[in-house]
Amino acid sequence: MSAGWTREQMAARAARDIPDGSYVNLGIGIPELVTRYVPEGREFIYHTENGLLGMGPPPEEDELDLDLMNAGKKYVTALPGASYFHHADSFSMIRGGHIDVCVLGTMQVASNGDIANWSTGAPGAIPAVGGAMDLVQGVKQIFVITKHSTRGGDAKLVERCSYPLTGPGVVSRIFTDLAVVDVTPDGFRVVELAPGIDFEEVESKTGAPILPPI
Amino acid sequence: MISKKFSSVAEAVADIPDGAIVMVGGFGASGSPIELLHALIDHGAKDLTVINNNTGNGEVGLAALIGNGQVSKMICSFPRSSQSRVFPRMYKEGKIELELVPQGTLAERIRAAGAGIPAFYTPTTVGTVLAQGKEDRKFDGRTYVMEPWLKADFALIKCEVADPLGNLTYNKTARNFSPIMCMAATTTIVQTGKLVTAGEIDPEHVITPGIFVNRVVEVTDPIHEDTLIAGAGRYP
Repeated sequence: MSAGWTREQMAARAARDIPDGSYVNLGIGIPELVTRYVPEGREFIYHTENGLLGMGPPPEEDELDLDLMNAGKKYVTALPGASYFHHADSFSMIRGGHIDVCVLGTMQVASNGDIANWSTGAPGAIPAVGGAMDLVQGVKQIFVITKHSTRGGDAKLVERCSYPLTGPGVVSRIFTDLAVVDVTPDGFRVVELAPGIDFEEVESKTGAPILPPI
Repeated sequence: MISKKFSSVAEAVADIPDGAIVMVGGFGASGSPIELLHALIDHGAKDLTVINNNTGNGEVGLAALIGNGQVSKMICSFPRSSQSRVFPRMYKEGKIELELVPQGTLAERIRAAGAGIPAFYTPTTVGTVLAQGKEDRKFDGRTYVMEPWLKADFALIKCEVADPLGNLTYNKTARNFSPIMCMAATTTIVQTGKLVTAGEIDPEHVITPGIFVNRVVEVTDPIHEDTLIAGAGRYP
């Protein structure tokens, strides 16, 4: 299992596709790693939906403030030039199309750009949606970082999501451990293969038709 | 001279009746008005509908209010998190009702109530199960769903600095839902870490203008929910 990209490499690869000066919102999990791999010479401004623009790294012990956290409820810092605002303003930034890129994890993503990352729909499960449905509808570009398959070996890139949707037709690009994949009008298309991975392997692990790199 | 000052948290929440709709500020632990919530537990009003982004953590504050059987319904966007145990247990036992609202829609429904806007259209939930039963309409070729305002009888709010007129400032991301909840409730009750005289807060720095606030009670050195949870606190 040496071929392919690690979690860190997936995050670094996604960071390369975020333009300089972007306002960026990061989901919980692998997307949070993007902050460590901002390409040389670029600057991103991070938005966290509980009410902070200009989010910085976790605090050192002597700068910890219990009232300064991110949407994942982890303690963070505020960089010079940061601002605080209330929730209606925060989601105006999201819904109003002011955030350039959102990077999300997912349970499933479909070849028509549908994403399902909030609920398995299992009976008895407690539904929890947070800001996911606002983000996918409002942010200009939705990137997904995800392992290509579940731990059980099921494809996460599928023809149609079987889990309840977070939003229809919203995802533009997917960064997996095996490849970078675009959602196009013709379905999935591989943009780039990870080192040591060939197209046939990606095709065999994708639950929908997928086109080779151009 | 106008003064909205109350002398204790007990006095400030004393008239919250059974069946009230209560907004509670805070996102996770930050901004959670712990002393007002504990006063509400002592007061004992029950059959409450509570509006908050989450459902409380550990066995203090909002989680303790729920655990004490005083809440019959929660309206929130994210009812479970790593530290929330009370709500998930009671929900699975069928002892509490849940209305799940996406976070941005929750914020805008609250803001709309405060602004006198009975409903608005949003793209959030379009094409999902959460849009079922909602009226939709196209604007410029895109589909939006209608969402109604969300009002409350009371709001319980924590702020950093207040004056007797009810002008407020907050600390960092503890602000979250509080300014819009102040607008949306009939009676807004605020606990402040520091009460200053009118004029001490620069008008340019006021975040919540006093018109949205009805009661202010000073709670110096308020306990932070995270501190209580780190010490495995319980209430009562």
